[in-house]
Amino acid sequence: MAEEMKVIVFALGREEYGIEVDKVRTIERMMPITRVPKTPDFVKGVINLRGVVIPVIDLRGRFGLEETEPGDNSRIIIVAAADLEVGFIVDSANDVMDLMSDTIENPPEVVGGVKAKYLSGVAKLDGNRLLILLNLAEVLNRSEIIQLERVVE
Amino acid sequence: MDTNQYLSIFIDESNDHLQSLNENILRLEQQPDDIDIVQVIFRSAHTLKGMSAAMGFEDLASLTHEMENVLDLVRNGKLSMNDHMFDALFRCLDALEAMVQDVIKGGTGSGDVAELVERLKSIVTGDAENNTSESSSSASADIPANLILDQFQLSVLSQSLESGHRVYYIEVKVQENCILKAARAYMVFDVLERNGEVVKAHPSVEEIEQEKFGNSFAVYYISQVDEAELRDSICRVSEIESVTITAVDKSSLSDVAHSESYRQPAADAVKETAAASASAAVLPSTAVIPARSAVPAAAGGGAAAARTIRVDIERLDSLMNLLSELLIDRVRLEQLSSEVKRGDLTETVEHMARVSADLQNIVLKMRMVPVDSVFNRFPRMVRDVAKSLGKKVDLVITGADTELDRTVIDEIGDPLVHLIRNAVDHGLESISERTAAGKPETGTVHLRAYHSGNHVFIEIEEDGKGIDRAKVLQTAVKRGIVPAEEASSLSEDQVNMLIFAPGFSTADKVTDLSGRGVGLDVVKSKISSLGGDVSVQTKQGSGTKFTIQLPLTLSIIAAMLVKLGSEKYAFPLSSIIETGSIRKADIKSVHGNFVTEYRSSIIPVLSLAAVVDSPGYREDNEAETEMLVIRKGDKLAAVLVDEFIGQNEIVLKPLGEYLRNLDVVSGATILGDGQVALIIDPNTLIK
Repeated sequence: MAEEMKVIVFALGREEYGIEVDKVRTIERMMPITRVPKTPDFVKGVINLRGVVIPVIDLRGRFGLEETEPGDNSRIIIVAAADLEVGFIVDSANDVMDLMSDTIENPPEVVGGVKAKYLSGVAKLDGNRLLILLNLAEVLNRSEIIQLERVVE
Repeated sequence: MDTNQYLSIFIDESNDHLQSLNENILRLEQQPDDIDIVQVIFRSAHTLKGMSAAMGFEDLASLTHEMENVLDLVRNGKLSMNDHMFDALFRCLDALEAMVQDVIKGGTGSGDVAELVERLKSIVTGDAENNTSESSSSASADIPANLILDQFQLSVLSQSLESGHRVYYIEVKVQENCILKAARAYMVFDVLERNGEVVKAHPSVEEIEQEKFGNSFAVYYISQVDEAELRDSICRVSEIESVTITAVDKSSLSDVAHSESYRQPAADAVKETAAASASAAVLPSTAVIPARSAVPAAAGGGAAAARTIRVDIERLDSLMNLLSELLIDRVRLEQLSSEVKRGDLTETVEHMARVSADLQNIVLKMRMVPVDSVFNRFPRMVRDVAKSLGKKVDLVITGADTELDRTVIDEIGDPLVHLIRNAVDHGLESISERTAAGKPETGTVHLRAYHSGNHVFIEIEEDGKGIDRAKVLQTAVKRGIVPAEEASSLSEDQVNMLIFAPGFSTADKVTDLSGRGVGLDVVKSKISSLGGDVSVQTKQGSGTKFTIQLPLTLSIIAAMLVKLGSEKYAFPLSSIIETGSIRKADIKSVHGNFVTEYRSSIIPVLSLAAVVDSPGYREDNEAETEMLVIRKGDKLAAVLVDEFIGQNEIVLKPLGEYLRNLDVVSGATILGDGQVALIIDPNTLIK
């Protein structure tokens, strides 16, 4: 039986990504970020989200993609998973979409330069669009903060 | 009936009642003839019995029932308290506590109470039989049907009469088949309180609320309304069988006053009156000081309990978060209004600023709890420890109303237990030693709490034998804590601090209470983890004093804000010794490390900009720069910064689980402009 799921759709470069809606707390515009020393480059720092201090990471940097300066469309998606609350800086976030679980396929080894272990699947959408679903547990894996792992080019 | 939803209420209230039983039985031990205290104890036991029975905890109920029987005889003067009985009662309390603990852990609250029940029964039958014949005739107390007023209530009534109010004595009878008696009674009270004031009720308002009355209850009532109207409005409450209203005038009032015999009135129904609030205010400080504890504490107990509610600490935390958001918006609004320059806007914003400042104060205060909630278990503990050691000990508690942050309170209990046990066990001498030394037989342990600046101090002082320097040194050397050659050169304070070293114990024999060599080091590390400090002063032959210094709260600290280019950082003020400036020429290089001279000693110099990789600032090209001198233990270091912003109270925020275990940064705070500033952990700067 195919189940329906809702995902938040956001963009990094030309690719479209999805995070299940129940993992997303809010989506915020860019706001001042306080740099935290002695952290990997992709950890941009911390923000004040209504009185709670939340770390923010640049997803481009996390995936080893080239980092760009945030623009007008840039957003911070606050996700909550596995007791962690973290903000993701993305190029834009503008859609909520219903997906049928039977349209999701296992990810190929590398999609758009992002290692497969960070992904939980790829969904084919109409009009030849691909939606890449994130494996949050792996993206938020703390051991990699320490190891500073990079995707092999 | 599904009782699960009431379980947490039951647990909370049982703990309260057990605590009050403990306190009051202790007080009774000091003043065995005070019937008032017996009354309070009886009521606590009675309520506990009712609650346990309702929740189906049979063993709890049967034990409290027997306690009640004994207490009933005591309060009716048929039995007088003796040592044997006190011990039995305390044993019962322990058993009750164990059972309640079992309930908390999800157990059935059962326990073996047969022996205790037997013991209590033997008290009731044995001692009581001898006494009943002579004292039963004189016991007037068992006729509670008539209302007895105390001095205060009498004066309230007579003053009301003088000022033209009417005073009634009202008896209300509820229909026999009425199901919700308490609800009906409540409706009657509601009617009454709309038009006047209930001065005294029998049974007490609390008992009525708990449906602990037969079919009728009576009140003294002050009102402007006339009798017929009153009767009419009470009768409108359904299921009321009859209302008897008797107007009370001056002469009948004085009759009542005279009829009040030696028996003291029950104190708890005074709840609505000013007396209760006054005595509630003195309650926290009456902990164990026998001289001033008698009646006000008893009266305040009931009233104070009714005036508080329990709130989940998480809700307070989120309230605090919401508030800090509000404060940030306030700062923005203030900026906007100063730009817009409209009088009425500025006025509104200023008012909002004042209100939110008050709000902040209240929220912060809500997290504060009097240390009494920790101290209140010590009188009992000291009694038991002293008894088992055959010592006589007076515990004098002062400043029990001193307030500390909830999180600190939760953590401070165990270290204090340890220090107080130590004081009684090791500090105080045995009775024979004391008499030989020309001291009074009874040793005194002072437990004090007080505010000073941003800290709360807790002192535990006894007048015992003091710490034996030679013995401490000998043990420390033997245990390898201090090398033998260094031992003789240690200062007084250094020797005293040795007792906090891990693996140290001077007790000659291991007792049940202390002397296992674990403890004081745990005490010290616990207190340090709370951001506090513990020190000890001692005088051979005349006593020892432990002083614990604690931060007022863990969520707000005083900090120095500094700037590095565009970035802002906070240093906890507690680790800063001095701020100043330093010329580049005064920084010397020794083996590649930078040092400088500070008050005739050489201390290392660190660049904060280098430590945090500041993107926008380096002090290299400045001839003179600001510095902070920080301290870790007795090590000092100078930290170079760009600019001081100033001293501020900051709210501590965790950085979040994702950035756990960071070096250098211990947390974050939100500044007035809404930006996050990181808090530097100075301990990591000094290696």
